[in-house]
Amino acid sequence: MRLQFILGEIGGGLRRNLSMVVSVILVTFVSLTFVGAAGMLQLQINQMKGYWYDKVQVAIFLCGEGSTAAGCASGPVTAEQQDNLRTLLESPAVAQYVNDFQFESTDDAYKHFKEQFSNSPIVDSVTPDQLPASFRINMKDPEKYQIISETFSSQPGVETVIDQRQVLERLFSVMNAASLVAVIIAGVMTVCAILLIATTIRLSAFSRRRETGIMRLVGASKIVIQLPFILEGVIAAVIGAALASGTLWAVAHFFLGEYLSKQYPDTAFISPAQTLLLAPALVGLGVVLAGTSSLLTLRRYLRV
Amino acid sequence: MIRFENVTKVYDQKARPALDSVSLEIDRGEFAFLVGASGSGKSTFLRLVLKEDRATSGMVYVAGQNVANISSWRVPRLRRGIGVVFQDFRLLPQKNVFANVAFAMQVIGKSRSVIRDTVPEVLKTVGLEGKEKRMPHELSGGEQQRVAIARAVVNRPGILLADEPTGNLDPTTSMGIMGVLDKINQNGTTVVMATHDDDIVNEMRKRVVELKNGKVIRDEARALYTSMLPVVGQSRRLKDASGRDEAADSGRQAAGEQAAREQAGEGRL
Repeated sequence: MRLQFILGEIGGGLRRNLSMVVSVILVTFVSLTFVGAAGMLQLQINQMKGYWYDKVQVAIFLCGEGSTAAGCASGPVTAEQQDNLRTLLESPAVAQYVNDFQFESTDDAYKHFKEQFSNSPIVDSVTPDQLPASFRINMKDPEKYQIISETFSSQPGVETVIDQRQVLERLFSVMNAASLVAVIIAGVMTVCAILLIATTIRLSAFSRRRETGIMRLVGASKIVIQLPFILEGVIAAVIGAALASGTLWAVAHFFLGEYLSKQYPDTAFISPAQTLLLAPALVGLGVVLAGTSSLLTLRRYLRV
Repeated sequence: MIRFENVTKVYDQKARPALDSVSLEIDRGEFAFLVGASGSGKSTFLRLVLKEDRATSGMVYVAGQNVANISSWRVPRLRRGIGVVFQDFRLLPQKNVFANVAFAMQVIGKSRSVIRDTVPEVLKTVGLEGKEKRMPHELSGGEQQRVAIARAVVNRPGILLADEPTGNLDPTTSMGIMGVLDKINQNGTTVVMATHDDDIVNEMRKRVVELKNGKVIRDEARALYTSMLPVVGQSRRLKDASGRDEAADSGRQAAGEQAAREQAGEGRL
């Protein structure tokens, strides 16, 4: 009975205040979309870092089938060349700059590749022998990349030496800046959303002051009196959060999945399913926003 | 049932207190009138009983409990034991008679079957049988007040507070309302009624507590609106045998002001 009563009160409140409720939905929708966009950019950065990014700085790619680099004229790297490179890495001249290193075989490379590009159609057209084997080096001081590069570039069996960090870091700094902008916009929109929710709840409390006055007098509990108002705000915010989650999914599916991944097939993009991981966070954020702002408003405008 | 011990209520430090060291006891099952001019402290008295306000000093006991010791989350329980009726009825205009009375039961979580059984019974007590489906605007003032009384007593409170319940009604209708309140009192409910209506007080011959400037200046059983005895220290002049005097007339004039004020501050209670 009480539940049914409270639901009826909520329905009445939402109907009476429809235009305000719609504006709350839209504002929370926009603000949470920006929050989600920032989250998506961070997910995308993680995706692009791949398996090695946080573990090593420099990769020495070895010659594979069909390598065209000058050092690979003699064909794919031989076991002997591989051993020589390993010995060189362990020699005191080089080892003083190296924390440790790992060897990634073509099979390992294929496994990591499949993980990183799991959302991309490119994964089906790549086979293990197309991917070069490599030594992955964790430098004591990443700035000393040049030494490794000079030492190994000319070694037989080495296709190329790459400082992966430098290539990606420029891109990541752009993306981090973009997500910072998104967070700032989200912050401003969130303030808007809080104020708008507060105003809406205030109007709603005012338009129902007769009912709440009577409820108080006949001894209705605080929860029964306040819950409908709080839930009104929370429901509007949850709808906004759901719309934001849907928008993020659509961006990941249509823009990243259908468009960008065809333009840049060698880049790993996040999948639409990954953006849905953000949805619970967005809904939770919406609930907390609406719940606290309506609670604070009711404290001032609805005496119990 | 209601006991005030040296209760003082100060709203504004600079002005005189709204209640000034009032001590008063109203027993279970009693019917008491609270009379006095506007600003004499009648409404403050009722607000203190409901714990709408805190007494500045002194103790207020309701049903044996010191209301100062009731924590805020248990105030609703206190209020469930008290019914309140106002001059302006305060019905919900978009709900019919049945729904208005049922509302008081719904919000405290009574089951639908209990509501279905209790509401018609209470409507019968206040003399509104067969008018369950009417909307408030289709009722006369007296009938609207009966609905308000039904709503106040539907949860069977031990105390009924009435703040000028006949203030907007003509004398005949008012007597009908008094009949209803008397019937509720006969059933064991303590009734405290603040009023300016001298005819009603004189007709009912119940206990009368008169307040002036926040002080109890008279407390008589089976009394009239104005004192039958000259009050020591008061410049009260008896005009004629029917118990009318200037104070009563100015009181009635003030009743109009009071009504206007309450209309304006409707959201307060």
